[in-house]
Amino acid sequence: MAEVGGGALRAYRALLGAQARSQAAYRTSFVVDLVGNLGATVFDVVTVLVIFGVTRELGGFTLRETLVVVGLSSCGFAAADLLVGNVERLPRYVRTGLFDAVLVRPLAALPQLLLMDLPLRKVSRAVFGLAVLGFALASAGIDWTPGRVALAVVAPPAAVVFFASVFVTTATVSFYWVDSGELANSVTYGGRDFTSYPVTIYGGWFRALFAYGMGFAFVSYHPALALLGRADPLGLPAWVGWASPGVALVAAAVAVVAWRVGVRHYRSTGS
Amino acid sequence: MNVIEMDGLRKEFTVRVRTGTLRREKRTVTAVDGVDLRVERGEMLGYIGPNGAGKSTTLKMLTGVLMPSAGRARVCGLRPVADRTRLALRIGVVFGQRSQLWWDLPLRDSFDLLRHVYRVPAGAHAARLARCRDLLDLDAFLDTPVRQLSLGQRMRGELTAALLHGPEVLFLDEPTIGLDVVSKQAVRGFLAELGRAGDTTLVLTTHDLADIERLCRRLVVVDHGRVVHDGSIAELHRRYGSRRMVVAELDTALPEPPVLPGAPVQRVEADGRRLVFALDRASVAEVVAGLAGLATLRDISIVEPDIEEVVARLYQSERKGPLLTPGV
Amino acid sequence: MGSVTATVASPTDGHVTPWFRTFGAIVAAGFRRHATYRQAAVAGVVTNTVFGFLRCYIFLAATDAAGTVAGYDRAQLATFVWAGQGLLAVIAIWGWTELADRIRSGEVAADLLRPVHPVTNYLAVDVGRAGFAALARLVPPLVVGPFFFAVYLPRHWATVPLFLLSALLAVVVCFGCRYLVNATAYWLQDVRGPMILWTLGSGVLAGLYFPLGFLPGWLEATLRYATPFPSLLQVPLDVLVEREPMSTGLGLVGVQLGWAVLLLALCRLVQRRAERRLVVQGG
Repeated sequence: MAEVGGGALRAYRALLGAQARSQAAYRTSFVVDLVGNLGATVFDVVTVLVIFGVTRELGGFTLRETLVVVGLSSCGFAAADLLVGNVERLPRYVRTGLFDAVLVRPLAALPQLLLMDLPLRKVSRAVFGLAVLGFALASAGIDWTPGRVALAVVAPPAAVVFFASVFVTTATVSFYWVDSGELANSVTYGGRDFTSYPVTIYGGWFRALFAYGMGFAFVSYHPALALLGRADPLGLPAWVGWASPGVALVAAAVAVVAWRVGVRHYRSTGS
Repeated sequence: MNVIEMDGLRKEFTVRVRTGTLRREKRTVTAVDGVDLRVERGEMLGYIGPNGAGKSTTLKMLTGVLMPSAGRARVCGLRPVADRTRLALRIGVVFGQRSQLWWDLPLRDSFDLLRHVYRVPAGAHAARLARCRDLLDLDAFLDTPVRQLSLGQRMRGELTAALLHGPEVLFLDEPTIGLDVVSKQAVRGFLAELGRAGDTTLVLTTHDLADIERLCRRLVVVDHGRVVHDGSIAELHRRYGSRRMVVAELDTALPEPPVLPGAPVQRVEADGRRLVFALDRASVAEVVAGLAGLATLRDISIVEPDIEEVVARLYQSERKGPLLTPGV
Repeated sequence: MGSVTATVASPTDGHVTPWFRTFGAIVAAGFRRHATYRQAAVAGVVTNTVFGFLRCYIFLAATDAAGTVAGYDRAQLATFVWAGQGLLAVIAIWGWTELADRIRSGEVAADLLRPVHPVTNYLAVDVGRAGFAALARLVPPLVVGPFFFAVYLPRHWATVPLFLLSALLAVVVCFGCRYLVNATAYWLQDVRGPMILWTLGSGVLAGLYFPLGFLPGWLEATLRYATPFPSLLQVPLDVLVEREPMSTGLGLVGVQLGWAVLLLALCRLVQRRAERRLVVQGG
């Protein structure tokens, strides 16, 4: 088993190398994409800045405080988008037969698909997201304790895992509904926008659904509260801020099950 | 020893059919309808049938892509879906219209990658690649990115890619579709060579009966998900009464087509100077003798039965109803 | 509609009526073609609805104690957001690469053989598409929004027809921009650069991510007159929520009209250059 695992790792590394070489074949496009992807994330942050141009507070949070939320969100989303975002192209993989092709190879299907189409151009986004987070953490006047340092280290990868799980889970919808089109975007990109602001600005069942039903509040809002040392205006206890790794693991488990069930469905219907 | 076993293999799909502006009806389509088949090691099996007959679906069930609705399938003694990754190491698959190669990389890189994916020892990999390079003439385009290859070149690359890990069974779905004549011959020649060696079992689906005539001693014809013929090509001709034809070229046209016992006239061509007789019971000699008294023979030729025609008739009789042995 | 189509009519074309009939037939064909993508429309509506909620809550959070921000009250913001989510699909900012794909594959040669000018043809198809989107994508968010948010209903009777005209002009302006972006494929191997610039610029500068009124006044004015982007969403939405008095609204629609005419003229010019290049160099 250990031997098989090592062999699989080498195989995945080879797939990643091939993807890098493939993209190097289009150098100009690659640079253009690199810049374009950077622009997309820059504008997300600009939007927040513009909104703070017309108000001093958003849902009871200042710009510096909100930037911690934004940083966690955009860093987590951008890295997850880089690593597994292309799973949203699943309908195309099915249509072009790439999905069948990976199923007849001696490796797990999902890692193959992701590595064969890894959009390295999205690296610029992830780096920018990380920079925003770094800036926000440095300028928010955080009272650093060992616990908060640990949280600042753990929360971003937890956000990455969470968003990655969301990408995979929503993509499996297209196993059942091939024409679901941009439906998955409402949860992936919608989740990114949702997590870019304090959840206090949302209301009613919409907040309940996105923040706690789907768990987006644990990506950026609650960790940010814990880092900033603020009590939750909505009344949840302080320890919730440390729950993000746990929530991310639950999300990952859901994603794995959803993917397995989806592949089994594909096998029995062959859409 | 059976490399492939299918027992009552069945695949149903549910499709939604639009019956009104908003109403939809669910219908069950049976793509594969209870197929029993045994394939022995080293056999070369041709799988033919009209579009939608269930050929590709069967292949997908055998390679672990699709799960059967009912029945049992074993390939190399493994369950295709449950033992997918173990089976993948022992089979090779070529989907004619879908590439398994890396589009933007040279063939050489794709081959090298597959060595890692299938964990092939470097020596064995090099030996197999050398053999394919030789037999398929790959050297001229080994360093060209796949997207720049012609379809024929790409197919030769696909074949190599499917064989580099030394599979026991090679599944080919329409391997010659869309290829030009030269490439078709190269592919067929290579597969024939592979079959002669005898250690690879070959299952191919095709529309092109020339593939079958060239490669396969055993022919399985499927229609509507069922096997309607399983045997040699000769048996197919015998069973469906396909006849040899005699084409007679005459100096001058006859006023009327001649009536020869046991050899009805099938066609009259070239203003009556070319006559085509079907050999029902008469022999070639009898036809020649019968004609000699009526006209001056310029040339005579014998046309072997056309498998294409046989299969077309087979499908037709399938559609009309239960199979009788026609034409006898 | 007359003012729009008249701008694309060939000046040498004396037969206006048959021209209209042809244009109308292509519009109808475009409508029918896009009406077949019903499932995608449903998925799109769901996505628009989610973003309707998100943007609405975000913008409402920016209002001050009196409930206003940048000249909008809360109800106006809600209408701005929900109508904007629908209008987004009607003008179809993103995802149109048909012309670029056809140029790259060489199929565009077939377009040149048709008796209808390519710009006119593609515009007519797009107007048909927009017609279907107006039913399938604009109506649902306008119905859903009021269930959850207090929305603003226009007070002046002329606002609704002016909004419809403004929305139609937005379709034409958006089409003109997309055509020009796609047409770069005549000269560039890879159109992803222009495509990305367009995607980024249009989202921010059209008023989708935030109402342009959130920007400093001088910047909003500059964008409005110097770029076609506000004509895509901001102007029709401002007309709908009556942010400005009717006379100013008319003026804004006039600016839109100017952009529509200018862009279509540019499209024809670019197309002529491209065709000459195709003829000379043989593609």
